[in-house]
Amino acid sequence: MERRVNYENDLNLMATEPRSGLPGCGDDEPQRKTNPSIRNNKRTVPEISEVSSSESNSSITMSGSDDQDSPPPAKEQVVGWPPIRSNRKNCLQSSKRNEVEGMGMYVKVSVDGAPYLRKIDLKVYGGYPQLLKALENMFKLTIGAYSKREGYNGSDNAPTYEDKDGDWMLVGDVPWE
Amino acid sequence: MQKKMAYSFPDEVLEQVFSFIQSDKDRNAVSLVCKSWDEIERWCRRKVFIGNCYAVSPRMVIRRFPEVRSIKLKGKPHFADFNLVPDGWGGYVLPWIAEMAGAYPWLEEIRLKRMVVTDESLELIAKSFKNFKVLVLFSCEGFSTDGLAAIAASCKNLRELDLRESEVDDLSGHWLAHFPETCTSLVSLNISCLRSDEVSFSALERLVGRCPNLRSLRLNRAVTLDKIANILRRAPQLVDFGTGYYAAELQPDVFSNLAGAFSSCKELKSLSGFWDVVPAYLPALYSICPRLTSLNLSYATIQSPDLIKLVSHCPRLQRLLVLDYVEDSGLEELASSCKDLQELRVFPSDPFGAEPNVSLTEQGLVAVSLGCPKLRSVLYFCRRMSNAALVTIAQNRPNLTRFRLCIIEPKTPDYLTLEPLDVGFGAIVEHCKDLRRLSLSGLLTDHVFEYSGTYGKKLEMLSVAFAGDSDLGLHHVLSGCESLRKLEIRDCPFGDKALLANAAKLETMRSLWMSSCAVSFGACKLLGQKMPKLNVEVIDETEPPDSRPESCPVDKLYIYRSVAGPRFDMPPFVWTMGEAVRILH
Repeated sequence: MERRVNYENDLNLMATEPRSGLPGCGDDEPQRKTNPSIRNNKRTVPEISEVSSSESNSSITMSGSDDQDSPPPAKEQVVGWPPIRSNRKNCLQSSKRNEVEGMGMYVKVSVDGAPYLRKIDLKVYGGYPQLLKALENMFKLTIGAYSKREGYNGSDNAPTYEDKDGDWMLVGDVPWE
Repeated sequence: MQKKMAYSFPDEVLEQVFSFIQSDKDRNAVSLVCKSWDEIERWCRRKVFIGNCYAVSPRMVIRRFPEVRSIKLKGKPHFADFNLVPDGWGGYVLPWIAEMAGAYPWLEEIRLKRMVVTDESLELIAKSFKNFKVLVLFSCEGFSTDGLAAIAASCKNLRELDLRESEVDDLSGHWLAHFPETCTSLVSLNISCLRSDEVSFSALERLVGRCPNLRSLRLNRAVTLDKIANILRRAPQLVDFGTGYYAAELQPDVFSNLAGAFSSCKELKSLSGFWDVVPAYLPALYSICPRLTSLNLSYATIQSPDLIKLVSHCPRLQRLLVLDYVEDSGLEELASSCKDLQELRVFPSDPFGAEPNVSLTEQGLVAVSLGCPKLRSVLYFCRRMSNAALVTIAQNRPNLTRFRLCIIEPKTPDYLTLEPLDVGFGAIVEHCKDLRRLSLSGLLTDHVFEYSGTYGKKLEMLSVAFAGDSDLGLHHVLSGCESLRKLEIRDCPFGDKALLANAAKLETMRSLWMSSCAVSFGACKLLGQKMPKLNVEVIDETEPPDSRPESCPVDKLYIYRSVAGPRFDMPPFVWTMGEAVRILH
């Protein structure tokens, strides 16, 4: 029997209609699809494992010592719940990681031609500009301005790192978090 | 005959009178009086607000209002903020810009919310409107700093450039340098959403320095703490300021420089930004705290004791946005210090953690509701609630106009009695007679909707998640809430009956969103066929809805009234329910 709804008369379906329920799609109950899924808004951050390469005259290389433990897994997340905007979620995730890990995230830095390596704590810096400034101060060199298009222009030095795939990557392309 | 009286006023006089009428509602009423008033009014309407860009077409707007100077458009549904609307859904502004470029050469202001804006659109704006003054892109996406460079370069009289919460493809920080040296007109600049680590700081400093009317400046994260003083000294007239990173090693000279710079801003009333705060630098703000009316610390991971100290210096605070690190104790302090408080938003610091990480409960909100007599607007994330607390809040604050409560775990009952929270929310709708916006959460049965329908006569926007037992719930809301304009529902057992029984109601609303509910494809088709003034759009990213039986529920449903008919820019995963046999796609 096809159920038709007539809404020229103002309906009192609620009170009078015999309850038959919707025929399901192969089931007895109408399905309610929920989409539990772990939604990860962060882009993955490459593990900084080894210091890396050079370009033109000098190079600065960074290598990480400790393997970072990922934060304890959150319970399975429902899409869009709790209702928080993505930019807020991303901020929280980066600061949460700092809370959980507690200890510093030290990486080795080497510069071509320098007699010994240095170590810096990446967590002290809020973003790439602070990091680069610190490297400039530490090694008394200039790195120049970063732009997405041109990398580091206007200087002889370029910071690079080796990611978990073993590739030499230019510092600054991936979001700081 | 008296008939001629209405025409005896010269049009110019009427126009002059109408120019004092600013509100859209009043303007619309004026245009209904008679044909000649309608004609006069439409020629002198300068501002248009379009709450749903698909409710009307650009040509229709231009035809009716030929001399518009200011337009405000909204695109995607609100739930797009929480990733419930797939990418590519729509909300493109380009067709509007293209039509307006020809029709409104003197357009001055464009304000957009949740729309897709491309560099092409921005370049077209820059080229087409010689007297362009205001661009506000609230929660928009699709453009890059190249588009911004075009705006900066071409708009000689630009007063406002506000990119709040937009997603911008940051190709280069040098776009700021495209503002010509002759540009001195800026009043408001908000670049807080820019993610790049590179902002051309020297260009920014020079720009700020040459705009004496700059009142509002919100920087992005790339601007480090040591740079703030320089900026502030160039703009001591600022009323609203957003910092970048507010963190650095504590150095006495930097501190005193910063404190001095802040104290020279005698008009400063509103602060925001504060990504990554080092608490030792907060006292630099103390000189301006007594004047502060608005404070956004919702990105600052500072703990309750530091928050309490800061807030206790701000007796004039009207608006506070903060993370739940403030805890109940911080909110109790707020309640005793800030008697002018009108708006409070408390965001969760660990929304996905299984256990509470801070001591923030319903007590904090109760304290604020008791202590702050002017409190009108609340957004509160917490992990537990009780009916008793909600009743207390309702009785103490009948002047609430916006109440959005998010209990983090869905279907959480009253933690004291383990009952649903119907009675508590019922008290809110009953006592707060001017309530315009309500978001429900926790364990809720159909009763809460019965209360909402009975008492929520001024309710304009209702957000519902994981609530209700049956169609009766939806029916109560649709049949009872007379002022309802926007209804958004997710994961509720609401189906065909209530929707079809209240189809006519949908024409009186802006929009209805339902996702993960129990509305069948057949009902959607029926609704689309019977209600030509509604666009009934089914969204399904996995497969076409007609590949399943008609009785199967649809994944997502977005219904909105429109005089423009179905839209033609739909992506493959959106279907409009149309006339008898066809499903437009």
